[in-house]
Order: sequence, then structure tokens, then C-alpha cells
Amino acid sequence: MIASSRDPNREALAVAIALLASLAIGSALMLVAGKAPGHVWWLMVQRTLFTDAYSLGQVFYKATALVLTGLSVSIALDAGLFNIGGEGMVIAGVVACAVTGAALPQGTPSIIAIPLCIVVSAVAGAAIGALIGVMRVWRGAHEVITSIMLNAIVAGVALWIGNELLFQNGTTTGPPIAPGAELPQLGFGGSSANLSVVLALAAVVALWWLRSRTTWGQALLAVGRDPAAARATGISVGRVQIYAMIAAGALAGLAATNFVMGHKHAFEEGLGRGVGFLGISAALLGRMNPFGIVAASLLLGFLSSGGLAVAQEVPKELTEMLQGVVVLAVASAGPIARRYGKASS
Amino acid sequence: MIAALFTTAFLAQIVRIAVPYVFAALGGSLTERSGVIDLALEAKLLFGAFAAAAFSHASGSAAVGLIGGMAAGALTAAAQLGCALWLEADQVIVGVALNLLALGGTRFLLQVIYHEGANSPPAPAFGDAIASNPLVLGAVVAAILVPLAVKHTRWGLRLRAAGDRPDALVAVGVSPRRTRMYAALVGGALAGAGGAQLSLAVGGFSADMSSGRGYIALAMIILSGWRPAIAALACVGVAIAEALNILIQITHATIAGHRIPSELAPLLPYALTIIVLAIYNGRSRQPPASLGKL
Repeated sequence: MIASSRDPNREALAVAIALLASLAIGSALMLVAGKAPGHVWWLMVQRTLFTDAYSLGQVFYKATALVLTGLSVSIALDAGLFNIGGEGMVIAGVVACAVTGAALPQGTPSIIAIPLCIVVSAVAGAAIGALIGVMRVWRGAHEVITSIMLNAIVAGVALWIGNELLFQNGTTTGPPIAPGAELPQLGFGGSSANLSVVLALAAVVALWWLRSRTTWGQALLAVGRDPAAARATGISVGRVQIYAMIAAGALAGLAATNFVMGHKHAFEEGLGRGVGFLGISAALLGRMNPFGIVAASLLLGFLSSGGLAVAQEVPKELTEMLQGVVVLAVASAGPIARRYGKASS
Repeated sequence: MIAALFTTAFLAQIVRIAVPYVFAALGGSLTERSGVIDLALEAKLLFGAFAAAAFSHASGSAAVGLIGGMAAGALTAAAQLGCALWLEADQVIVGVALNLLALGGTRFLLQVIYHEGANSPPAPAFGDAIASNPLVLGAVVAAILVPLAVKHTRWGLRLRAAGDRPDALVAVGVSPRRTRMYAALVGGALAGAGGAQLSLAVGGFSADMSSGRGYIALAMIILSGWRPAIAALACVGVAIAEALNILIQITHATIAGHRIPSELAPLLPYALTIIVLAIYNGRSRQPPASLGKL
């Protein structure tokens, strides 16, 4: 689906074109808001990266979830499937993680509580992914429709579970998880950054290894490149696609650890919303490369956190909008870079 | 509660809810049949809703607002096709990006123009009565004209050829790219009209007021096998389920003494869609042969 060239120079050129275009559009928007772009950009960089530890911590907090949902999109796309179901997978993980954490006895030791909650988050997401994959492979149902429907269904069911079972006396917050299931904070001026960043990085390395060093990874990429050719070499295309969707679901489900175990320590209405869709941006911006996705997530996290850091200068909606601009620019710059590459070689 | 089903108020409710869906599904059908994946429907609804409220507020006329909303939908389509056809960007990604852009962009415009975070100032509206709302009549007319135009006019024939056999179109000297542009501009204007209904029915814009309707409309298009009339009917089905849920909540209806959960009732059409997909093999209805290809 994504004609991603494997030539690193061209990839770099595409990203450079896209970032320059985004910088230009962002500057134009700042002019619209009546501010000098240079000043606002500098303030954003200065506060987020140098002077305000909290803002830097928030970059890591936001990037942690984006890395996981970004990897989720990329592994599905490796198998030729467009995973737009990240929203539902994350929410399923959040509900499962929070319910399990709250059901544990108060004194449960971390050595049991933390792995259990991590596994439950991944399994809940994987279940959604499996359903999308099975519907696609066995019933020929387009994964985009199934995903859209499941996103709506999971959001509704999560709200229902919250209202019926979890929310305490008129709030939209559920009971707290057992203290043993909480992940330690990383500090950074009291920011939400937490140890689940390790989990995200482990997933990055695992996916890199899987894609580049294993036969399974080669089969995955072969299915994405040309299903018919993959089938001819004896690869079971359907099975690979279902496994890829299960893995995609598990990765997105893991983002729940960042929200529930690392930050809120309870189920909250709306927790984790939006990060599934933004993961698509992270995957595309990172050119489907696990390490590229880390860089892209940090950039998107920077825009989001930096936007808040300069909120008294320009409306924070500006950087929200810019996230869309970046994706549009990356998608358009790829083909431009390819054409330029053809012309020069 | 049963008696309440046969009141005009309930029917009016269904119509009010159905109009944005129907416009989006018809507009999206045109774009998709011409061979362009239309995930940007959500963006067209949202920009359409914002522009309709803004133009209505500025001019004092809901009709001007409607024109503004349709123009915003068409403009979004132009941006979409500019990236997808001229810059050859991936069509799915362009759609997702435009949706993100619309979500942030409308909120940014709210801030810059009105210094408000979530709501636009009140704008003249078409009002609650169905008869006085030209968008209702417009939706009905569009639901009849769009399928006829696709099937029986030269424009529709070219549009379908652009989606199925662009090479055949080239052979007779017609540009598929231009054909797609015309289809998507009309489709975008229709979706923009759907967005206008969202804000002009209540007399103002609020952030994220499309709340996923564009995605649902796209799902109904695919489910209908890319047939606009059936997609529009499916959208009415979604509207009936939503109206029914509102009625259940108002009348506190129960089934065998149990409260019917307000969170789950509106999910019925979505669950039904999945069940239908699981029963009927989705491969039996093929998308336009060149959908998403250049």
C-alpha cells in the first residue's frame, strides 16, 4: 500500500522536504495568530528541551504511547493491512489493565502485579486485532470498516463498563489499581513520564530484530510487498496477516501500561483517546522503520508538549493542527523525493 | 414508548440525524466511484460545519452559511486531490492527515477568529421544523439524483470509468485525473452540506461535532458495495438506531425490568455491520477496480 522506497538517501530527502514544508506552514499559522514565528519556535525549543523539565518529561510520556501505536500500525502495514483500529485496541487495553489492577488485592507484590497487568493489556488489544485479522482473512471483510466499527463499539462498551461497574460516586474515574501494579515515575519535574518507556523501547528492538533477522519477519514483509508472490513461495498469506494483526493489537494494547500503570493508576473516561490515530502519523513519519518511529514519536510528542509550553503565545490548537500538516507533508514528499531521485540517477 | 415511535417528532428526529450521514455517504460514493479513497469525509464534515456556522454568523443568513459549508467541503476535496493525484501521496494517509488537520484546524480557527476554545458564537439556523430546513429536501433530492447521475449521465459514465478503467478513459481522450477532480469536488460539496446540517441545525459550531460520522458514512459506502442509493438507505438505518436510543433514554424504557444502556444501544448498527460482514463474504462486492491507484 505504501510505496516506501528502501533507499535511505531518498527517505532522508523525503523527511527533510516534509519537515521544511511543515516548518513553513507552521510559521504561516503563527503569523495568522499574530506572532513572530522565529520567536515562538525558539521559545518552544528552549522551554521543552532546556528550561522546563516538566515539558521534556511530557514529551517522553506522549512519545511512549505513540511508539507503541506507531509500531502497531507499521507491523500491520508490513503485512499489507491498514490498521486504523488502534483507538479501539488502546481503549480495550486501558479497560482490561485498569480492571485487573483494581481487582488485585492491595498487598499484591509488584513482581506479580506488574507482569500480569502488562500481559492483560497486550491480550486485550490482541483480541481486537485478532478479530480484525480473522474477519479480513476468513470473511474478506475490509479491515478498515471492521476497525472503524470496532473503534466505536469498544469506546461505547468501555463507557458502559465504566458507568455500570467502575465510576465512583458521580465521577468518571474508576477505583485505583493495586499499588503493586503502579510503574515508577521517571521524575522530570513531576511529569507523567514513567518506566513503561522501557517497554516501548524493548518493543522497538524486538520489532527491528523480527523484521530484519528472522524468517517470520521476511515472510511478513514478503506478504506486504506482493501477496501473490509470497503465496507462490509457500507462505500462508492469511496466517501471516492474522498473526500480524494480533501483534499489532498487542502492541497498541501495551500503550495502556503508559496511561494506567504509569500515570492515572485508574480507568478514566477518555484515557488514551486519540493516540491510536496519532500512531498512524508516527508510523508514516517514521517511514515504517522501528527506529524511525521512535524519532517520529519524539517529534510529535515535542509538538504536543511544546504547544502547551507556549500556549500563552499562540493557541495550543496550532500544534495540534501541525501534527496533521506533518503527516500530509510526509505523505506528499515521499513521491516528490522519488521523482527527484529518478531524475538525478 | 411504542406510541412514541409513530409520532412526527420521532420521524423528524430520524430525519435530522440522517441528513449529515446521507450527504456524506452520497458525496463519498462519488469520490470513491471515481477511484479516490475518501477517508477524508470526516474532515469535509468538520470543515463544512465550521464554515457554515462562521458564514452564517457573519452574514446573518443560514443560506449563506450553507454555501460556505459546501465551499469548505469542496475546498477540502481539492486539497485532498491535490496531494493524492498531483503529488501522488498515498490516498489513505492523505485522508487520515486531513482528518487530523480538520480536528486541530477548526479548533485553531475558533481560537483565532472568536477567541473561544470549544464553541462558535450563535449563528442563524434553519430551525427545528423539517419543512423550513432546505437541507432535508436537499438530502432527499440528492439521494435520488446522485445515483441517477452516476448511472445514466455522461458525467456518471466517465466517473465510473475513471474508477474502473482509467486507461479506457485515456483512450477516448478524457483525463481520468480531471474526471476524478470533478467527482471529488461535487462529492466534497455534498459532504460539506452534511457538515452544514450539523452546525446549522443547532445554530453554532462546537469542536469535534462530526464525532466520527464521516468514518461511519464511509463504512456504509463500502458495505453498500459502492452503490450510493443503498449507502444512503444504510445511513437512514444508522439514524433510526440513534433516534431510537434517544427515545429510549427520554422515556426510560425497559426490557423485562432492565434499563436499556444508553452506551450500548447506539452501537447496534455497528455490531450489525460486523455481523453482516461476517455472514456475507465481503469479497462478493468489489470496489471500483482502480480505487486508490493512479
